[in-house]
Amino acid sequence: MGPNLFTNYYETASMILFAIGFTTLFLQPNIIKKIIGFNIMDTAIYLFLGAKGYIAGGLAPIIVNGVTDPSVYINPIPSGLVLTGIVVSVSVTAVSLALAQRLYKRYNTLNIDEILLQVEKERA
Amino acid sequence: MKTMKNKITAVFKKFIDGDFDIEAKEIKVKPEIKSEHKEQSMKERYLIWHDNHGVHSFKTIYAGCSIFVCVTLAVILLYTVSYLPAYGNPLNPANNEVSDRYTEFGLEETGAVNTVAGMILDYRAFDTFGESAVLFVAASIVMMLLKKDEKKRSKHLEDHSRDPIIKHIAQVIVPCLLIFGVYLVLNGHLSPGGGFSGGAVMGAGLILYSSAFGYRKASKVITDKLLRNIVFVSFCFYAVAKGYSFFTGANHIPTGIPLGTAGNIISSGLILPLNIAVGLIVTCTMYSFYALFNKGEI
Amino acid sequence: MIVFELILLGFLIFCSIAVSISKSLYSTVVIFMSYSLVMSLIWIILRSPDLAITEAAVGAGVTTILFFITLKNIDNMKDGNTDENDEE
Repeated sequence: MGPNLFTNYYETASMILFAIGFTTLFLQPNIIKKIIGFNIMDTAIYLFLGAKGYIAGGLAPIIVNGVTDPSVYINPIPSGLVLTGIVVSVSVTAVSLALAQRLYKRYNTLNIDEILLQVEKERA
Repeated sequence: MKTMKNKITAVFKKFIDGDFDIEAKEIKVKPEIKSEHKEQSMKERYLIWHDNHGVHSFKTIYAGCSIFVCVTLAVILLYTVSYLPAYGNPLNPANNEVSDRYTEFGLEETGAVNTVAGMILDYRAFDTFGESAVLFVAASIVMMLLKKDEKKRSKHLEDHSRDPIIKHIAQVIVPCLLIFGVYLVLNGHLSPGGGFSGGAVMGAGLILYSSAFGYRKASKVITDKLLRNIVFVSFCFYAVAKGYSFFTGANHIPTGIPLGTAGNIISSGLILPLNIAVGLIVTCTMYSFYALFNKGEI
Repeated sequence: MIVFELILLGFLIFCSIAVSISKSLYSTVVIFMSYSLVMSLIWIILRSPDLAITEAAVGAGVTTILFFITLKNIDNMKDGNTDENDEE
């Protein structure tokens, strides 16, 4: 193990969150919970990016009194990337929820195992 | 000896006549028949077992495998994190010359006080354009998946009576939300905010209005056609404005758009109109998500 | 300050575990909403106010509403799935 596991506590927490979201995505049979797990993975990645751009003691990247020295502010690039990413994650969520509604209409269940069984039965 | 010879000739004759196969006699051995029979029964047994226990054992194996994959992934990720450069250190490789340039020359080149707005709407404006396109595509997909037929729609339009508490609270909150959203969009280059956040706040305000005062009242003002036109005009404006700015910038022609004094509302060239375009697109998309999910139409 | 940050991060992890454990889907969505709100607090600590506003409006507002409407629609289909199901 390297030396920085506890110094980088934001990154550590975001990776734990990513793993939990991944586990939820894999192990929960319910589609709605799978979607929430996917969202948790999204936010974990955003947290990681945001923590990478933070500089201790830096200000928010809004220029005050014309001071343009880069050492005063935090890194603006992760903020810009995450800002667009958050909005994309909403549209992904909306599309997957619409698909979940269609699946429920067709198979009358949200459980993915039962949906698979029904599909197999129909094929046979 | 003679009998043996007779036997062979008889067999040979039979073989020539075609009703006897020498090779088959030699190769046809009993164990093979047995194994074929056994295989069939194995298959049957497997099918019976699959019908009874297949799903259950599949679930167990799947759960075991996925736990193994997740734990391995977590360990690998944490191991990597432990070797990353320390959190908050200004000398990290992430804080390189690109971000330095954005903060150092951002104000001068784009005129935006908010460096993030200057970055996503000036230096990286094509990225934001693709972003808005993603929103538009998502709204189209949701429309394809959830839009209802004409005859079904009338049945669902009946509004049940609304809760008076929600109505009274919404009367206070909705104007505040809308004004805050407009402020965020218009001040996107001066303070935190911008098209995405302001659009999301305005969309939330419209959603609250629609859910508190009934869908009919909202759909009188916000129609399908209006939303479509707003999104179309915003997209065209964004594409034309940014195409012009990129074309002139790449060929070192002065754009002729004044940057204004930094800190004023009307300043920083194209960023303010682009913010408005993005904000309108986001608002319309959020509201159409809500309307499509709730009623199956905009 | 570090203690406060650690409490917030611990709350995030707690919420994400509670999502998988909780039985009712409605409470799952509410847990996810509080997760988003705490996330927006963390964005303020990380000095990114743009992200804080967006996350609060989008994560706690719009996404939660979409989840709730989906659950409502599914409940409606459960009650009267005869008139909803006949188009397939």
